[in-house]
Amino acid sequence: MENRIRYARTHVTRNEDLIFERTSPGKSGVALPPLDVPSAPANQILGANLYRDDVEGFPEVSELEVLRHFTRLSTWNYGVDTGLYPLGSCTMKYNPRVNEVVARLDGLATDHPYTPESLAQGCLKVLYETARCLAEITGMDAVTLQPAAGAQGELTGILMIRACLAERGNPRRYMLIPDSAHGTNPASVHTSGYEVRNIKSNAQGCVDLAELGRAMTEDVAGLMLTNPNTLGIFEVQIREIADRVHARGGLLYMDGANMNALVGVARPADFGVDVMHLNLHKTFTTPHGGGGPGSGPVAVKRFLEPYLPAPVVEQTPDGRYRLDSDRPKSIGRVRAFYGNFGMAVRALAYILANGPEGLRQTTEDAVLNANYIMTRLRDVYELPYDQPCLHECVFSDRRQAARGVRTMDIAKRLIDYGFHPYTAAFPLIVSGALMIEPTESAGKAELDAFIEAMRAIAAEIDEDPQFVLKAPYSTRVSRLDEATAARTPILRWKPQ
Amino acid sequence: MSYPPEFLYTKDHEWIRVDENVGTIGITDYAQKELGDIVYVELPKVGDHVTAKESFGTVESVKAVSEIYSPVDGEVLAANPKVQASPELVNADPHGEAWLIQVHLVDRSDLEGLMTAEEYEAFISQEKAH
Repeated sequence: MENRIRYARTHVTRNEDLIFERTSPGKSGVALPPLDVPSAPANQILGANLYRDDVEGFPEVSELEVLRHFTRLSTWNYGVDTGLYPLGSCTMKYNPRVNEVVARLDGLATDHPYTPESLAQGCLKVLYETARCLAEITGMDAVTLQPAAGAQGELTGILMIRACLAERGNPRRYMLIPDSAHGTNPASVHTSGYEVRNIKSNAQGCVDLAELGRAMTEDVAGLMLTNPNTLGIFEVQIREIADRVHARGGLLYMDGANMNALVGVARPADFGVDVMHLNLHKTFTTPHGGGGPGSGPVAVKRFLEPYLPAPVVEQTPDGRYRLDSDRPKSIGRVRAFYGNFGMAVRALAYILANGPEGLRQTTEDAVLNANYIMTRLRDVYELPYDQPCLHECVFSDRRQAARGVRTMDIAKRLIDYGFHPYTAAFPLIVSGALMIEPTESAGKAELDAFIEAMRAIAAEIDEDPQFVLKAPYSTRVSRLDEATAARTPILRWKPQ
Repeated sequence: MSYPPEFLYTKDHEWIRVDENVGTIGITDYAQKELGDIVYVELPKVGDHVTAKESFGTVESVKAVSEIYSPVDGEVLAANPKVQASPELVNADPHGEAWLIQVHLVDRSDLEGLMTAEEYEAFISQEKAH
């Protein structure tokens, strides 16, 4: 029989209307029984000031329609659970399922933050042990788990530096930040009441010691440094950098976003860092993206401990745990209760499941994977800072740009090959950056598939750049108009 | 797009045109190309003071937020309302209609370290090579 189906598309591949656009007047997801009490008008009981009568366009849909709508949308997601997610600087790594098993244990999942200390010993022990493990991994002396994400960790750390220097007599005015830094660094510095002084990187992409020497005056509170930096390169002169900052009375803050390159191999405390944050949702396999929630613990040397946010979990001589809120020099609370407790549970599960050898192996695999990609792509994409990398590698689109194709276009085409794009156009010190971080989670077959895709795109650009400029082709919508979306944002749906 | 010879240029990719003691400041064509589609421009208010080599505002594109540095010290005489209403003007006409601010120059010696159009073009061809 002749196949009469010329063009078949199943309904699940269609683009999806908003739930508001699926409304059908009178439809409802629930059927309530008839009232068996006299009805009372809500506006009279609540008062006019509390009653909202302008709810307009609220979707009227059945339960099944709601279910299907959100189930369909969920199948469009691309996540670590579906494939390689090489978003540089973000460390999108596998979240082992044992974390979730532990986080769902009754006592941990359901305890209320107001539970009295005597009945919350298990939860307090989790907080204490997580902080202790993070202190051991970083070599630091004390840790707060309160900050809800990396940027809040930065703010917490800088406020502690400010409190410490203020007590020494002068909080100072400036904070130094290399030009390769994450954008959150200057924001945290500014919010803490400091002014940012940028320092330019040297030809190797690292801190320029001469430049640092000139910038590091008695007016400068310290240096905020990411190590390895956003090029994935270890600051080999880190001891010298720390010495120069300390010699002028400044403190060294480390942005720990890239700790996935160091865990089990190098400890920031040993190379002169005074205060740093960690991203549990990057390095310690708690969920990242989609609301996380994040967690940005801050680790400090002993002399900064008095300034940690209160309360701090302590162990008493009889082996019990208590919250110490009597901390007169504390910068105060930065987050309700004890931070995102569920993330501490997951991170601790990850740390204990791996143990020291496992954590070290993780770091080595992450570094090996990034170097494998760097080595296999360097003949087709330009490597602006040519040296071995740690956990991520950064290419420039310079060769492809000569044919009119920029990093964002290559990223869009990568979607057609079934991969999540890398980080495009960051760090800013590389023109048209392609920042690739495979993490330790990718096996060789997957790395090879990614490398083949990147090589195929480079070949396509040589043959037909126009073709790549119109990618992606395999998605429900292709190029979105980012500029118009940013210039005239429409932030909520309104009825026509 | 060519770089007008009557302008002076900074290494941070701003230009300044000086008429008597009024300086008109904008970002260069190279800067707008590197930034991509510009979606927001934040400028100081009339009467504010700007300081040489310090940030006086930001331009935000779909890729990044960048500081704009003043080539000179001075008091702000005007902030271009057109670019605030239509930031895409910076992409369309960076050396003309999309000037950002006008300042009353305090000290003309600020101009001494700046580049001519010819020097600036040599500078950006080096930047491109990196």
